Amino acid sequence: MVVNKKIRELQEKRKQILLGGGEQAIEKQKAMGKRTARERIMALLDKDSFIEYDLFVEHDARDFDMDKKSLPSDGVIIGSGTIYGAPVGIYAQDFTVAGGSLGQMHSRKITKIMDHALKMRMPLIGINDSGGARIQEGVNSLAGYGEIFFRNTISSGIIPQISVILGPCAGGAVYSPALTDFVFVVDKISKMFITGPEVIKTVLGEEISMEDLGGARVHSEITGNAHFFAASEDECFEQIKRLVTFIPWNNSRKAKSFEPGEPDRKYDPEKIVPDDPTLPYDVRDVIRSVADNSDFFEIMELYAKNIVIGFGRMGGRTTGFVANQPLEMAGVLDVDSSDKAARFIRYCDAFNIPIITLVDLPGYLPGVDQEHAGVIRHGAKVLYAYSEATVPKITLILRKAYGGGYIAMSSRHLRADFVFAWPGAEIAVMGPEGAANIIFRKEIMSSDDPEETRKEKIGEYKAKFANPYVAAARGYVDAVIEPRETRRFLLHGILASENKVVKVLDKKHGLPPF
Amino acid sequence: MKKTENLGILNINTILYKTRLSPKFINRNVYKPTDPKMIMSYLPGTILDILVKEEQHVRKGEHLVILDAMKMQNIMKCDIDGIIMKIHVKKGDKVSKGTVLMEFK
Repeated sequence: MVVNKKIRELQEKRKQILLGGGEQAIEKQKAMGKRTARERIMALLDKDSFIEYDLFVEHDARDFDMDKKSLPSDGVIIGSGTIYGAPVGIYAQDFTVAGGSLGQMHSRKITKIMDHALKMRMPLIGINDSGGARIQEGVNSLAGYGEIFFRNTISSGIIPQISVILGPCAGGAVYSPALTDFVFVVDKISKMFITGPEVIKTVLGEEISMEDLGGARVHSEITGNAHFFAASEDECFEQIKRLVTFIPWNNSRKAKSFEPGEPDRKYDPEKIVPDDPTLPYDVRDVIRSVADNSDFFEIMELYAKNIVIGFGRMGGRTTGFVANQPLEMAGVLDVDSSDKAARFIRYCDAFNIPIITLVDLPGYLPGVDQEHAGVIRHGAKVLYAYSEATVPKITLILRKAYGGGYIAMSSRHLRADFVFAWPGAEIAVMGPEGAANIIFRKEIMSSDDPEETRKEKIGEYKAKFANPYVAAARGYVDAVIEPRETRRFLLHGILASENKVVKVLDKKHGLPPF
Repeated sequence: MKKTENLGILNINTILYKTRLSPKFINRNVYKPTDPKMIMSYLPGTILDILVKEEQHVRKGEHLVILDAMKMQNIMKCDIDGIIMKIHVKKGDKVSKGTVLMEFK
């Protein structure tokens, strides 16, 4: 029958294209510990949910004998499917086809799925594995990158955008992931840099390996370009799937609710935090002591560890947690931790996720390097992000909240909806030692025993001001609570602000200090 | 307990905190004021030409070195009046950012 012949023809065509760059290239890909582009999509999406678009797209380059070359699907796979039932648009560059290089049609496929995801208001996932621009296609290839960056930008804050770096992503190509919300990297597989080791060696004479220049660890620990670090592709896909459960499909929705469960009793809030404000503890244990099922999904775990960010659930609802981490650098705010927190606060605000802030910080990190690195400008991002955010903001002061750090960490003055404090909270203009040295300077200097007087005055100041009651007396703190009451009060905050409405002044956009 | 291993002391406004110190903090660049008598390359590149000699008197604004860097021939000018004590590089040398090229008396 004629129809059967046509169907067989289609099957034959598909079979040919599905081989990508051919068996040899696939073997090479696997030898590097990498999956093929199609395998990656299948591993990430719900079984049988993937529908591919543009399988038959071909390039139309003419120069440099390109007209004699056929590149199956032009080196990129696009389509949509679901993750735990949530719709996603996805593209995956196919390194086995011309090194996943980006030519005009390759980029048009990517922008097609980007337009689709934006129009359909679904998250977009981009799997990057590409040698870069397809040099033979010249400026058309650059145009392609520009079209992608533009779409990343206009989609920002409307649909969640996730980048997965599973191979090289170098030169201009790095700017697409950098414009998206979350970047996932895998140890020994991901490589990101603007200029590679060879150029650096030629120009500067500095020798460095790709791994040390822009490997997964570097971007997770040093640059902060990556948000999630995994040891293998499989682990990476599990992280992505878990993230998708915490975020909404788009900015006009809320994240899906889950059946809430009580926190694990082994996290006892009364026992986690030492009384002495100079002693460390792991603030993640405090988060686990209040979050549903003690489940906390940390973001940027390896970068600027002095602040902790991530998602948990309160009463089944996705909640963003921001917490100073006294275990690392005493929990100070500095350039890196300010950037990390501010971006996360803005993410939560864009996607209707309430924010719980746990405060315990000594202030800002002193140092020439910090001042010269622009800690003023970077620190200002935290103030901007909290002030700008209109999602429910609930603040809990665990221990120290001194000076500018107190203001910055979602204080009442930046329009926190609820501010609670534990009885051990010290809400003051600065630490008792510093304050006593200034206020009682004359008494201390003129004393027969200055050390003794200093100690006395520090004690006096501590007793009077290093507590939550001065702030509570002004209404800056809504309630001083016992640690064991914490979950109850935080849940109240989340539930009471379920229908929060804030009118924002009309403007084109603000000018955050970035 | 593993979580309290490797604790150091961090001084914030005269209060000493027991905490872990980050590698970035430990390896931070210690500040050194710039010395106008040391001429340093402000870009990594190659010395294309040296336009002065040791013991030469030079005036503010005079050309000292042509540095080939970032696809440009960059002329390095003198910031002060003075006598050149020592020239540390020669034509063709590759220098990184911050390399001392010459010193003034």
